[in-house]
Amino acid sequence: MTMTREIAAPDYTHLAQDLLARAGKHGATAADVMVADGETLSVQVRMGAVDRLTKAREKRLGLRVFFGQRSASASTSDFSPDSLDRFVGETCALAKAVVEDPVSGLPEPGHYAAECPDLNIYDATKLQTDQQIDLALRAERAAFAADSRITNSEGGECDSSSGRIILANSHGFFGHYANSSFSLSVSPIASNDAGMQRDYWYGVNRAFSKLESPEAIGQEATRRTVRKLGARKVPTGRVPVLFDPEVAGSLLSHLSSALSGYALYKGASFLIGQLGRQIAPEFVTIYDDGRMPGGLGTRPFDGEGLPTRKQAMVERGRLTSYLLDTYSGKKLGLPSTGNASRSIGESPSAGPTNFYMVPGTTGPEQILATVKQGLYVTDLIGFGINMVTGDYSRGASGFWIENGELAYPVEEITIAGNLKQMYATIETIGSDLVFRGRIASPTVKIAEMMVAGN
Amino acid sequence: MFMAKDESGALARFGVTDRDIEQALGRVKVSNVDYADLYFEYCQSESVSMEEGIVKRATKSIGQGVGVRATAGEKTGFAYSDELTSKDLNIAADTARYIANSTQGTAPVPVTHRPALARNLYPHDRANVEVATGDRVTLLNAIDAEARRYDPRIKNVMAAYNTEYKVMLVATSDGVMVGDIQPLSRLQVTCIAEENGNRQVGTFGGGGRIGLEYFQNDQRYLQFAREAAREAILNLSAVDAPAGVMPVVLGGGWPGILLHEAIGHGLEADFNRKKTSAFSSLVGKRVASDVCTIVDDGTLPFRRGSLNVDDEGTPTSRTVLIERGILRGYITDKLNARLMGIPLTGNGRRESYQSVVLPRMTNTFMLAGESDPEDIIKSVKNGLYAVSFGGGQVDITNGKFVFSASEAYLIENGKITRPVKGATLIGSGPDILTKVSMVGHDLKLDEGIGTCGKEGQSVPVGVGLPTIRIDEITVGGTKA
Repeated sequence: MTMTREIAAPDYTHLAQDLLARAGKHGATAADVMVADGETLSVQVRMGAVDRLTKAREKRLGLRVFFGQRSASASTSDFSPDSLDRFVGETCALAKAVVEDPVSGLPEPGHYAAECPDLNIYDATKLQTDQQIDLALRAERAAFAADSRITNSEGGECDSSSGRIILANSHGFFGHYANSSFSLSVSPIASNDAGMQRDYWYGVNRAFSKLESPEAIGQEATRRTVRKLGARKVPTGRVPVLFDPEVAGSLLSHLSSALSGYALYKGASFLIGQLGRQIAPEFVTIYDDGRMPGGLGTRPFDGEGLPTRKQAMVERGRLTSYLLDTYSGKKLGLPSTGNASRSIGESPSAGPTNFYMVPGTTGPEQILATVKQGLYVTDLIGFGINMVTGDYSRGASGFWIENGELAYPVEEITIAGNLKQMYATIETIGSDLVFRGRIASPTVKIAEMMVAGN
Repeated sequence: MFMAKDESGALARFGVTDRDIEQALGRVKVSNVDYADLYFEYCQSESVSMEEGIVKRATKSIGQGVGVRATAGEKTGFAYSDELTSKDLNIAADTARYIANSTQGTAPVPVTHRPALARNLYPHDRANVEVATGDRVTLLNAIDAEARRYDPRIKNVMAAYNTEYKVMLVATSDGVMVGDIQPLSRLQVTCIAEENGNRQVGTFGGGGRIGLEYFQNDQRYLQFAREAAREAILNLSAVDAPAGVMPVVLGGGWPGILLHEAIGHGLEADFNRKKTSAFSSLVGKRVASDVCTIVDDGTLPFRRGSLNVDDEGTPTSRTVLIERGILRGYITDKLNARLMGIPLTGNGRRESYQSVVLPRMTNTFMLAGESDPEDIIKSVKNGLYAVSFGGGQVDITNGKFVFSASEAYLIENGKITRPVKGATLIGSGPDILTKVSMVGHDLKLDEGIGTCGKEGQSVPVGVGLPTIRIDEITVGGTKA
């Protein structure tokens, strides 16, 4: 059913070099060009039948030009020669209209990624439409088969995509890589007298052969869904809170946002001035690793062409690094950490690659056993996070813990605290780290948070 | 809506002829396809932003392409391309037709250009949409100066002026071709205040399907700067928010995000056709107190959520969702209206040619009531008064929704007293509006900042609300 193939696509090397040359002719003193193209096939099924089929191939290029210390960025999907000529001219005009920024510029020569090692982020497997339909149908079928209380479904989805990135600049850097992604998910709905509940489960991998089986994904989706039936509110009070790995990952995501050089130099982060300080207990170590083989955040070079790396962000509880690109690094008086992230046609920002908390030795069941009364959170909704102060207040659902066991499902409650305080009062971390995205965490227990309910 | 001659101009821009379109439609609209359409889009967006007193970033993005869609029963086949040759159109048409298990159609589907609607909700002057970068820079510099002048404790000002100019043309297997030009602007200001190591943030923004003159009128942009600065300074003295169930008074305007989350999404037809919404069996039933009447209205001039026609070419309309507390109906696109046998409301929207049409809200608001806003505050002994919010979210299936206050005050003995830190409010959609006991006569629409996300697609929307009293809702603060 599968066959392999090379990505048969135009060679954009000349296009990139040509744009740099044209920018130079317009008087630009420096420039970089990023070209991305790719194809996707997305299949959604629902109640045993195809619901939606989406297929596309797309391309886009982004150009950033400098006129001394003025700069601007632009992107287009129209690659026709006439349009590109106009596009370069307009981008240059835009740059001349903004104010000089003394810190702006490309990274200095000598720092760029010298080679593009194979990081196992591209799998050439090409799935047929019918094969993806079959995988999605099997996942949904497995969800229904796992429990008779599954009465409806938001459907199953199987997506495959592959793409290429090319980055070139006027300092002579040229790099490119290809990546791929395969994902499978299902979202069953359970119902009983108490109402309906929905949850989902998913697998995502750069290699098709490593994707979990549709049966495993369907069964886990159902397990997560039916256990929510009959959820109720709990009284307002201060209790220990356990975050399951999925929601613990969101806490890491907030941390990575606060560690972005841009948030820091703008004064918009709750971690300003904390470099070198103890921000969590000694057993907490957090890495960012842009070279993790097969990782969903893995890439050989960052959005400026600098090599990615593995670095400790928090080591034994001490904050040891920020996430920086060249610009935000200069603003903070630090070198880039190779964390420039880049949308096509935007100037770089700084963000994580594969960002994770090193697991502890305690199993999640053992952590649960330490809680007499508390909350086990499995879902969070809303945007109640203030990155400037760290104040945190979100809608939550999960389970009430009594005497070390999950007693009953809960919903329509909030949990609130402050992220600085939450990290400082992590009590235990689990042994259950699994990568299911760019950001991954084991189970985390926080000493105490305010739960608002009845 | 553009005139006939503009339509051919737009087609020329897309580089396709009527004949190309009719052939592609014919290829996809085979007998077991119920409906098909081609959606052409050209979109140019520009952003200029300022921080640390320097307008240092300018970006521009140009995108164009075509999305081809076929629906058969409940199935949708969809393909898109950023190349607009007749060859690419035909490849996309063949891909979209895959769901019909049929060989390609051969008879072209004739389409006629539908004339412009009498109304144009957002007549614009292209020159005013494509603001010279220099003018944007001037505006942003003035905002920075105004915010810092407001209070020396303002330590950083971040502001961005974004515009979008979208030309769309949709050709349908119903034989209609209709186009629209949709301008969109937004100005957003964020201030950071600092005092004795206490740092706080304040934001304000607004816009709509309008041009630069909207922000220049009465120096509205300076008012945006002062509002953002005021909120940041106010939050310097904010105390911990309370936790637990209490009465809450919502101010007018943007707090209407309550309606968007609590009931709006739950009334989108797709969720109800699939019976995955907590509102699925509640049409004709009471879901709100009788002081609540709620509408979705895509026909308000210049509003961020308004459209002359939706992305299937259906003129937008005003749909009553809840009338005096009784659930009246859903908002629909063509697919769901057909499958459910209910009226088409003109709510079929898509983020771009790269995404499928879904039933989406436009401007969703509660009609004014009869209470005096001051009496509403006075009626609360102890509770919360919330006037500004960040985002919100809802779980359609169990109906639980949240929205997060960014400016709120304690009400103590019927009086507004101290500002409190941000807190998330959580409730249950089918239940919360039954607890609305007072509705003010002061309906206000939001400033034009809302973006709604669904299935990964973002579209601009509006909300509105008069001052209302909710007898009880859970407030997620930190103070017992």
